[in-house]
Amino acid sequence: MAITLSGDQSIPAPPLSSRLTPAQVWGIVLLAPYLLVFLAFVVYPVCYGLWLARAPSNYVALYNDPIFARAAVNTLIFLVIGINIKMLIALFLSGFFAQQRTWIKWLSVIFILPWAVPSIPTILSVRFMLNPEWGVISHLIFSFTGDDGPNWLNDPTVALTMAIGVHIWKSLPFWTLILITGRLAIAHDLFEAAEVDGASWWQKFRYITWPSMQTLYVTCTLLSMIWTLGDFNSVYLLTGGGPADLTHVLSTLGIRYLRLDQLSLAMASIVCAMPFVLPLVYFMMKRLSR
Amino acid sequence: MKLPSLREVATEARLLLIGIPVFLWTMIPIYHMFLFAISPKEDAFSGKLWPDHPTLHNFEIVFKQQHYFLRDFYVQFWNSTLIAAAVGVLTLFIATAAAFSISRLKVPGGRMVLNLALFTYFIPAAFLAVPMYRTMGNYGLLNNHWSLILAMVTIASPYAIWVLKQASDKLPVELDEAAVMDGATTLQIFRLVYLPLMMPSLVAIGTYAVLLAWNEYLYAFLLLSNDRQITLPVALGNFLAADDSPWELLMTTGFIYALPPAAVYYAFRRYMVGGLTAGAVKS
Repeated sequence: MAITLSGDQSIPAPPLSSRLTPAQVWGIVLLAPYLLVFLAFVVYPVCYGLWLARAPSNYVALYNDPIFARAAVNTLIFLVIGINIKMLIALFLSGFFAQQRTWIKWLSVIFILPWAVPSIPTILSVRFMLNPEWGVISHLIFSFTGDDGPNWLNDPTVALTMAIGVHIWKSLPFWTLILITGRLAIAHDLFEAAEVDGASWWQKFRYITWPSMQTLYVTCTLLSMIWTLGDFNSVYLLTGGGPADLTHVLSTLGIRYLRLDQLSLAMASIVCAMPFVLPLVYFMMKRLSR
Repeated sequence: MKLPSLREVATEARLLLIGIPVFLWTMIPIYHMFLFAISPKEDAFSGKLWPDHPTLHNFEIVFKQQHYFLRDFYVQFWNSTLIAAAVGVLTLFIATAAAFSISRLKVPGGRMVLNLALFTYFIPAAFLAVPMYRTMGNYGLLNNHWSLILAMVTIASPYAIWVLKQASDKLPVELDEAAVMDGATTLQIFRLVYLPLMMPSLVAIGTYAVLLAWNEYLYAFLLLSNDRQITLPVALGNFLAADDSPWELLMTTGFIYALPPAAVYYAFRRYMVGGLTAGAVKS
């Protein structure tokens, strides 16, 4: 190898096929389909997209677009508040579902439904529930108080909260399931020993459960944050970014620019998210490929 | 029969205090959808918790395609099925081949390909949608089912490769060595030793890819637009185009659309929970 690299042509390198074992040749053949898909549908689009977003004027335009700033703030709220609430609930419920009861076992089968059904019909179902005129929630409020209910999706704060709620509804079962797996992996005799010592439930959680689960919990939270950056459905199908484009998040904003035929702005808005995404991705890869 | 002690009753009550809200929280949007599906229009819009005259009339309208929004229902259902099946098959093929190559044949550079795949897996799919849309336009595939199939294979493969690679690593090397001693070729090892042993993971990954494709909304709505090309979720989204949308029909169609994935999920739950959660987060 050193000889060929040094450019000495007097000793020809052996032809490729004789240097590789048949198994390695097959290895390359079998890896080729994925490499082709990767080149054609990941590398090319990403490079092309970056090239489209290369002009600095795009970033000036984004900076001057109040909708972009609002979407960035909304995304942060979604991630920092929404995800942490979701993971805390998941942590709490994982303790609940780890209880040995027949009815809790059945409940856990039902609990997984939001994860198992497609999000489109269920999000639209929530959307109609929140309809100020015909929705069941407004009807209930009217029949109990005689007042009209609030116009849920017409207030940006409430609408964004509802979108976060829909997101939590959809993905809570998945994270709870994973945290249950983590909880069940803790050796049972630790709890028995703590029981004998008369530990309170908080002490058991603080000194047994949490130390064994914290790595898993942090990993899950980070992973959920990365994925939630791409949660298009919860916002788009519930609020459509409205009212007045005040509830966009970065993933719906990119599509909004695309629909307005501002492709370079769409790409630029995604590039702007990369400083947040890439460190998280790097950190996750470090964790998972240990 | 032993009477439960006061303490046991208190514990049970506390658990119920958590269980009942969890049940309601989970079921309300799904029940609401079901309620609309069995309600005549007047009942659905009057906010009743149970219709005065439950009916299957909405299903009849959907199955007979008797509404403007539903005129291509069967075509769209078929599109969804076909695309989901194609994505399942292609993903399984690509990912199994790649996992075998990286994990069993130790192909040079395999580790790097795996890291690239993992990297793709973590980049949110919605961010790739914009450049992907443009790329499909460049390839001349817009409004062609292949665009959605290839896009979904791209999104499903990284995770599939990763899970299958992890599962492959657990198979003992001695099996391959023994097969080689017996004079088996690489392809024979793949077909006769590797595939049968990997079956549970393959079922999990196939199900994952099929469900991912069946449930996909964003890519489907970007890449397909012709009424006879689109998949069911896009058709559901199109209901919202009109101000006086027939919500009871939308919910009925949505209910029908949600049934197959739910059924598949519950049928393969055993594989899904074991195969996927183990791969999803390694603590």
